[in-house]
Amino acid sequence: MTDLNKLTLAEARDGLRKGEFTSSDLTEACLTSIKAAQKLNAFVHDTSEQAREQAKAADARIAAGDAPNMCGLPIGVKDVFATKGQPTQAASKILDGFKPEYESTITTKLFDAGAVMLGKLNMDEFAMGSSNENSVYGPAVNPWKIDDRDLTPGGSSGGSAAAVAADLCLAATGTDTGGSIRQPAAFTGTVGIKPTYGRCSRWGVVAYASSLDQAGPMTKSVRDAAIMLEAMAGHDAKDSTSADLAVPDFEAMITGDIKGKKIGIAKEYRIDGISDEIAKLWDDGAAMLRDAGAEIVDVSLPHTQYALPAYYVIAPAEASSNLARYDGVRYGHRAQIDASEGIDDMYEKTRAEGFGREVQRRIMVGTYVLSAGFYDAYYNRARKVRTLIKRDFEQVFDSGVDAILAPTTPSAAFGIGEVTGKDPIEMYLNDVFTVTLNLAGLPGISVPTGLSSAGLPLGLQLIGRPWGEGDLLNIAHSLEQSAGFVSKPTKWW
Amino acid sequence: MLDTIEYTSPKPKVIAGAKHDWELVIGLEIHAQVQSQAKLFSGASTLFGNEPNSNVAFVDSAMPGMLPVINEFCVEQAVRTGLGLKAEINLFSAFDRKNYFYPDLPQGYQISQLYHPIVGNGEVLVDMEPGVARKVRIERIHLEQDAGKSIHDMDPTMSFVDLNRTGVALMEIVSFPDIRGPEEAAAYVLKLRQILRYLGTCDGNMQNGSMRADVNVSVCRVGQYEKFAETGDFSHLGTRCELKNMNSTRFIQAAIDYEARRQIAIIEDGGEIKQETRLYDADKNETRSMRSKEEAHDYRYFPDPDLLPLEIEQAWVDDIAASLPELPDEKKARFVTAFGLSEYDASVLTADTANAAYFERVAEGTDGKLAANWVINELFGRLKKDDKDISDSPVSAEQLGGVVKLIKAGDISGKIAKDLFEIVYTEGGDPAKIVEDRGMKQVTDMGAIEAAVDEVIAANPAQVEKAKQNPKLVGFFVGQVMKASGGKANPAAVNELVTKKLGL
Repeated sequence: MTDLNKLTLAEARDGLRKGEFTSSDLTEACLTSIKAAQKLNAFVHDTSEQAREQAKAADARIAAGDAPNMCGLPIGVKDVFATKGQPTQAASKILDGFKPEYESTITTKLFDAGAVMLGKLNMDEFAMGSSNENSVYGPAVNPWKIDDRDLTPGGSSGGSAAAVAADLCLAATGTDTGGSIRQPAAFTGTVGIKPTYGRCSRWGVVAYASSLDQAGPMTKSVRDAAIMLEAMAGHDAKDSTSADLAVPDFEAMITGDIKGKKIGIAKEYRIDGISDEIAKLWDDGAAMLRDAGAEIVDVSLPHTQYALPAYYVIAPAEASSNLARYDGVRYGHRAQIDASEGIDDMYEKTRAEGFGREVQRRIMVGTYVLSAGFYDAYYNRARKVRTLIKRDFEQVFDSGVDAILAPTTPSAAFGIGEVTGKDPIEMYLNDVFTVTLNLAGLPGISVPTGLSSAGLPLGLQLIGRPWGEGDLLNIAHSLEQSAGFVSKPTKWW
Repeated sequence: MLDTIEYTSPKPKVIAGAKHDWELVIGLEIHAQVQSQAKLFSGASTLFGNEPNSNVAFVDSAMPGMLPVINEFCVEQAVRTGLGLKAEINLFSAFDRKNYFYPDLPQGYQISQLYHPIVGNGEVLVDMEPGVARKVRIERIHLEQDAGKSIHDMDPTMSFVDLNRTGVALMEIVSFPDIRGPEEAAAYVLKLRQILRYLGTCDGNMQNGSMRADVNVSVCRVGQYEKFAETGDFSHLGTRCELKNMNSTRFIQAAIDYEARRQIAIIEDGGEIKQETRLYDADKNETRSMRSKEEAHDYRYFPDPDLLPLEIEQAWVDDIAASLPELPDEKKARFVTAFGLSEYDASVLTADTANAAYFERVAEGTDGKLAANWVINELFGRLKKDDKDISDSPVSAEQLGGVVKLIKAGDISGKIAKDLFEIVYTEGGDPAKIVEDRGMKQVTDMGAIEAAVDEVIAANPAQVEKAKQNPKLVGFFVGQVMKASGGKANPAAVNELVTKKLGL
């Protein structure tokens, strides 16, 4: 059996149930493809031993007729998820050698459902970045290529996106604080959904910005996103911000019927600098949804322009506090100090050596905006903006709109080194369409709908009502079907 | 509600400086460890004295990705404490992070409640002497995490950290600057401790650090405080210094006294008090600067995004209020009115719930005042001699009640009662039976005994004659009288009467 690694979750699930192949077959196919894809630098920790055991156990469950949807399906796990006994370092030097004694709720749920973990995936350090260049493992590389340049797969879940796009795994977990699932999905022609804040447990996910972080699946199709999200979602008493709500059968909610759905187009998203290509993609997407029976309406989200600055106050503020625990005292990297030096020297050196530049920048920004005298001007103001942004969306949804259509990113994937190292604001602008959802806690999904003129994938984003992932997936599926995006990167690695 | 007993306020302490008289203004922040099996945000044990780093959950050691979950019981305890201090309970409160780096603070922040504490304004009546008490207003109580312990003396080059205490729930009880002297400050701590113990919300063990105090001290010229009290304008008062982490009422008194005199000396010398945090050195009896206002940390407080605001329901608060025990002030007032005790005796007996409960059982069905005398003077005195606590008293409340009832009924004299108490204390047994068996009962009807004696003498003329020859035969008459009285007569009294009547 060849190319099993190219299957979608749904195809593999059905094949396993029919006995066409085993989970071990699937797992070996993926492990082989991973081995051949070192140039992508997507997988950074090998957990093949665990994968083979899990595959064997999954095959036994399938044989016994006890096979949940994810049973036997090989996936990759972003390095931000704590995996028991396996390296977990959020792509940071400061967590060098760290192997947790606990398993995150998300991976626990996936493993309980029979999923197989192939390895840990590259990412931007502490999920801070939009290009996967801020990684102790070095940048992950986009399998898509148009010339001899290596392109970024986006970030922070760049390893996850690259691995799914290159068929190294059937799907992967990601996390999204300001766009970290959706932007890399758009850059790699894959599907990524950020669920409603509180839908997936944050327990065991290395925190970046607690009020914004949310885990979600990165997959090859919308159906796969529904299958995997269902396995990941659910209330967790260990996470106080997790919602005590039942998880619907998301896959069953994909009916293909979106007749009468109201899709909003926000004029505020037509920002300066949006390329003609992206504008056309957006118009085409709206037309596809209209053709499928949806009603397209203009909506207004008046505070959108303040979202990015508010995000880059709130997220660093929380991060500066969340990352205080990495002090060299209990785990991870600790700097060597001289006998004459004290604890403050140890902290300073450890953190200077252990954190990369972008992480340090955000810690400094966050510390600054929370400082006495600046708190009201920055942090409190950003919180007020956040409330206004939330209200913008509430008003739109209250008017009967079912989902909002927007571009996922302002451009297609860019080259490694092309944006990084310059003005950091330029990199932050990648999040301009995505951060608003995180601030509002809303679900959003990126669906590949076309190629740029240069031949790179582009994605559109659908924004849904709180807890309306099922409806959102159904609309996204319709868009996916209409767009008929089937392109795959040509293997060069 | 507090004032079932009439009180006057104590006079503020006045310290004579070289030039002027000065008064003190004191406010306290008490950190009281919440009595609870588990920590504020983790399931780890709070047991004191366990192996270092054995009471540590992943969230306590701040492992990556770990999240706090509020321990509802700690919230209940804080509410109970607030109710016990007649305070407002805030149905909406929230947790904030106080950020600073220290090895015994693994998260790099303490979870506390800066902006929205769970308890608002309350009050504590601090008894100074009978009829004199200071009403100290409580500003707020908030819940927060304790830090761990750094150990610097185990190794010449390394420091060690014990995280057992990390994350244990504390209530920070903040008073208004209503305290006017070192003795009042100490009495305030003791009164607060008494109330918390009554409530069962803190064990009040200051040696183990279950209660620690930060003391704010300033001095002002006589008359200035009243201006402040009227206007709320702090400019009428002196600049304060904070004495950090005091864990004994004796040291609190000494430290305040030292600190006030230090401040007075500086001001009278034309100097200025710098607002700062100071530490008290008990060995040298002095306070030393720890850090100035300029060096103070910027804690960068902000709402903890890992925790939702704490919203509680009035009905739940009402349930807790309904389950509140009788508190010291009310108990004391009741003891005064119901048992006719002096305020002093009532204070002694209500010092803790065990004493009070013991007394009430002793007093049941008998004279309360008499019972109080016996509990305070005889029992407490005897226990103190043996270095014993009420909980290991060899005399039960029922036994002591028996003794008191025998006195009250006139069955035994006060003198015999002391003998009886000693017997019960050392040998045990039912006091009434001991009185019976050992013939300790007081003779009350001498006429009846005399009649019985006369009767026996009249009925036995032959024996009378023999007895006159041989006085040892007096026992025969005594025996006959006892028989006739059904054993109720005091043998000693009978013996005396028989001897007299026979002319022996």
